[in-house]
Amino acid sequence: MAELMSLSDAVSDLVHDGDSVAMEGFTHLIPFAAGQEVIRQGRRHLTLIRLTPDVIYDQVIGMGCADKMIFSWGGNPGVGSLHRFRDAVENDWPQPLKIEEHSHAGLTNRYVAGASGLPFAILRGYEGTGLLPMLSTVAPIICPFTGERLAAVAALRPDVAIIHAQQADHRGNVLLWGIQGVQKEVVLASTRSLVTVEEIVDELVPQSAGAMVLPSWTVTAVALAPGGAHPSYAAGYSSRDNNFYIAWDEISRDRDRFLRWMDEHVMSRRGQPATVMPGAS
Amino acid sequence: MQPSARIASYTAEEMMTVEAARALRDGTVCFVGIGVPSVAANLARLVFAPSLVLIYESGAIGAKPHRPPLSIGDGELADTADAVVSVPEIFNYWLQAGRVDVGFLGAAQIDRFANLNTTVVGQYVKPEVRLPGAGGAPEIASGCKEVIVVVRQSQRTFVKELDFVTSVGFGRGPGDRERLGHTGAGPTMVITDLGVLRPDPETCELTMTSLHPGVDLEQAIAATGWRLSVAENVLRSLPPTEQELVALRAFRSPEDS
Repeated sequence: MAELMSLSDAVSDLVHDGDSVAMEGFTHLIPFAAGQEVIRQGRRHLTLIRLTPDVIYDQVIGMGCADKMIFSWGGNPGVGSLHRFRDAVENDWPQPLKIEEHSHAGLTNRYVAGASGLPFAILRGYEGTGLLPMLSTVAPIICPFTGERLAAVAALRPDVAIIHAQQADHRGNVLLWGIQGVQKEVVLASTRSLVTVEEIVDELVPQSAGAMVLPSWTVTAVALAPGGAHPSYAAGYSSRDNNFYIAWDEISRDRDRFLRWMDEHVMSRRGQPATVMPGAS
Repeated sequence: MQPSARIASYTAEEMMTVEAARALRDGTVCFVGIGVPSVAANLARLVFAPSLVLIYESGAIGAKPHRPPLSIGDGELADTADAVVSVPEIFNYWLQAGRVDVGFLGAAQIDRFANLNTTVVGQYVKPEVRLPGAGGAPEIASGCKEVIVVVRQSQRTFVKELDFVTSVGFGRGPGDRERLGHTGAGPTMVITDLGVLRPDPETCELTMTSLHPGVDLEQAIAATGWRLSVAENVLRSLPPTEQELVALRAFRSPEDS
């Protein structure tokens, strides 16, 4: 059954040096507070997994926590580049970053296979692309029924999944709604999972047609983190802080400015997600 | 990089947007990303194709935003959608299974067979520029019934050989899509700031079929890194109408209208 605990205890217990960690949330419900706690606790040598690194991994990479990243699209949505990600890949700063890149469908289906307890999933889209020969986790396969050639993608079972959701009850059952991304798949595919939530309620009441419940017995830990998705958002609680994503382009472009920002907004704060006003340095 | 050409009272980007919108028929199911395609699809929906179904990669099916989203996961997309589904479902049941009529793609590089590169400029290991990567592109290129590419035309983008093949257009030529198992028809149009290219029905090679107002053929040829194939009768794009421009600008900046 999921244990309710503080965010700092949860990260301390669940995330270890060298772990493979998937902090998912497709634009929505990205677990920034948890990601920043991982940075604050000084984790090293992580293998980061996310469909889109987003600003959350830009920060984790820029602070030297990661040896490797598995992803499928590495930009700042609608804004441009992720400068810390690019600096690591182009210039080995602050340390070399090994990358394994898929398409969204490829990485998504790796999670699906992991969540299904199967060794692989199959896809069609990789044929003829430069990704196919490069990836040890993708292999050609022939359909035993039709003879069609397809791509098999190896199951992915992260050590730790971290997601953010709207609510949990006192028993640790989790309710989330809105854009669901691969939240369910990553929790079910991972060995351990942490869900940070906006609110702990007495009873979970689905708020919309797209609501999803993760039973307490599928989750390792639940931690209260109101505002814990900022600058991403939690439907029903907050809106995406598009100004922050735009401001991040300037903040993260220069190494020293990035480090100063991280020091002021993340390292010196406890348990609160970092915010910035547009125009602030 | 090509500067935005101000011809009469509209920009090159507006010309591209309107051209993309005009390609969409009512009732079409389209897969949209950010930028010109998102504005174009919404413009079409608002002006002449009210039953157009917009699908965003984040899982919003039938989204009806009243302003362009900054990201594909903005809250308004989910709020206005007919249905919000998971990302595995979007890729497996909707894209790969061929339920999408038109997919839009952009690129940093495109070649004569409309294969696209969004991965790296230069070599893969230690690239000159690390681009975002594949995202949904391989599945969009493979599974949509047709693809419309929207991209600026210049020697930097229209290259003889891609530094990396991120998604497949026509591969190495006729028969390649079938051989590779891609079920959709591939790119049927490439809309640029200079005009429109379409694949030759026999060779699959991109051919310049129309030029935008104020653009001459020499410009298009000079902006292409291979020997550009040109249609026998190159058409002239119709400039944006006042109705199209008013609707486009109102959607782009609702607070200004």
